[in-house]
Amino acid sequence: MVHLFMNPFEKRITNSFEEAPMYVAVLTYMGYGIVILFGYFRDFLRAVGFEKCHQAQEREEQKDFVPLYQDFENFYKRNLYTRVRDNWNRPICSLPGPVFDIMERVSDDYNWTFRLTGRTIENVINMGSYNYLGFAENNVDFLKTVAEETRQYGVGVCSTRQELGNLSIHEKLERLVAEFLGVESAMAFGMGFATNSMNIPALVGKGCLILSDELNHTSLILGARLSGATIRVFKHNNMQSLEKMLKETICSGQPRTHRAWKKILIMVEGIYSMEGSLVRLPEILVLKKKYKAYLYLDEAHSIGAVGPTGRGVTEHFGVDPNEVDVLMGTFTKSFGAAGGYIAGKKELVDYLRSHSHSAVYATAMSPPVVEQIIRAIKCIMGVDGTTEGQRRVRQLAENTRYLRSRLKEMGFIIYGNQDSPVVPLLLYLPGKVGAFSRAMLKRKIGVVVVGFPATPITEARARFCVSAAHTREMLDKVLQSLDELGDYIKVKFSRHRSSYRPELYDETDFELDS
Amino acid sequence: MDMKNMREYVGWLYYQYLLITGIYVLEPWEQSIFNTLLFTMVAMVIYTSYVFVPIHVRLALEFFSELVRGQPESTVALMNSR
Repeated sequence: MVHLFMNPFEKRITNSFEEAPMYVAVLTYMGYGIVILFGYFRDFLRAVGFEKCHQAQEREEQKDFVPLYQDFENFYKRNLYTRVRDNWNRPICSLPGPVFDIMERVSDDYNWTFRLTGRTIENVINMGSYNYLGFAENNVDFLKTVAEETRQYGVGVCSTRQELGNLSIHEKLERLVAEFLGVESAMAFGMGFATNSMNIPALVGKGCLILSDELNHTSLILGARLSGATIRVFKHNNMQSLEKMLKETICSGQPRTHRAWKKILIMVEGIYSMEGSLVRLPEILVLKKKYKAYLYLDEAHSIGAVGPTGRGVTEHFGVDPNEVDVLMGTFTKSFGAAGGYIAGKKELVDYLRSHSHSAVYATAMSPPVVEQIIRAIKCIMGVDGTTEGQRRVRQLAENTRYLRSRLKEMGFIIYGNQDSPVVPLLLYLPGKVGAFSRAMLKRKIGVVVVGFPATPITEARARFCVSAAHTREMLDKVLQSLDELGDYIKVKFSRHRSSYRPELYDETDFELDS
Repeated sequence: MDMKNMREYVGWLYYQYLLITGIYVLEPWEQSIFNTLLFTMVAMVIYTSYVFVPIHVRLALEFFSELVRGQPESTVALMNSR
């Protein structure tokens, strides 16, 4: 009943994290407990010698030293992960578009070794690739400019940007990215992970404060740790926690000297890839202005995927991109290429050009990849004369809404915001994770399932990434399989009942007596 | 789900048991060990309850009925002694 009276802005900013019934948590712990007991039993058999140990072991001479493979991570890998390992690292032998081909592989010794049978599973629907706008394509017409640029520039650059690697195509890309985002200037790097981890140390250092969200990506955490600044973590998307932390840290100052902080940087992501939740950007901007902090927004998943014209979370919330101090994003997800960018004021980008490790030492981006990004951005902006880009952005939004609403109707627990193309479907129990992935592959649908340690131990999930290249038939096939499988495996844990007339939810003038 | 016959339904129940306890990920011989242990424990519980529960219930009923019967006499005795 809460949904019926939410105004449109509230629907755009709220993320749902429905909790499962209590018995699900109890059963999850019980399942893990039983499998861990069997893990200890198998380790005992290996230690006594009844069974051969397939994983790396220390040599006889090293047994008196500090043990290398006894910690929980190795235990988990030996005894839990290996048993269901066939659901990850599946070899793909076609381009990762909306459908792809998987090479069939079998294991004779319970997933310790694999062998390829030689057969290919064809036309598997791809629900796992970050192909939001469908630019992972090999259509010859679309790739004409890429071929021309490869003919002109070759493939390797053989130098860093600072030495002889600054090609005119790189300058073109950076101007285009700045124009696309609506900011003064931008800089592109060869690797998305390296963009975060190598540039944050250039922006903040010792004596600065970083306030980072609980569920930030490893690249942001690595960059923060490398910088040497003081790091405080606030609860995920929780503005009260952030404000309390700001007040406390500003009052107490730097760790020992209690002087004022040199800089305060708030690090958040546009879309969090494990939860599918959107950042509460308007509220963070208010807090940022009040406490005079800087904002670092990592739009790895949201650039190109949210917003009416694909400009990211700033456009989704109607916020001026110049208000965010550092805009970061990657070209890997929506643009079908590789690399990352940092955009903002001209002074910031000029400073990074000479002070960032990635800018100074890393090899420059390869020309065909740069041209692919340029043609993708031009397509989205509509500069190339077609409406293909806008059609894709609209198609993605439609597909996202369709998939999310149908999954909610069916009774699955889905996390996140209603507009985010990342859809995590909660499975919880460790046994169901492996069964789900294998059963979906049998029905020719490829999904990504995630468990501990990427997610909390009780919240294993399957993560769907909607693409603009998915047709309605593909989504219907996926939904039908999910419906049947959800009933067969029993993963429909949601306790919210949806109404018979879903169109009432979108009525903007329905607030008669709110 | 349409279960055409009882056999399929029992098979589905066994599958659910495998998934919920997490046994699904184990190798077949480990599953057999766990099933044997669980079956043994359940059998022991059933045997114990079959043999001892009626006796305990009868004793408990006797204890409480004696308490109720003995109550009027003991309260009268208490009042008289005061």
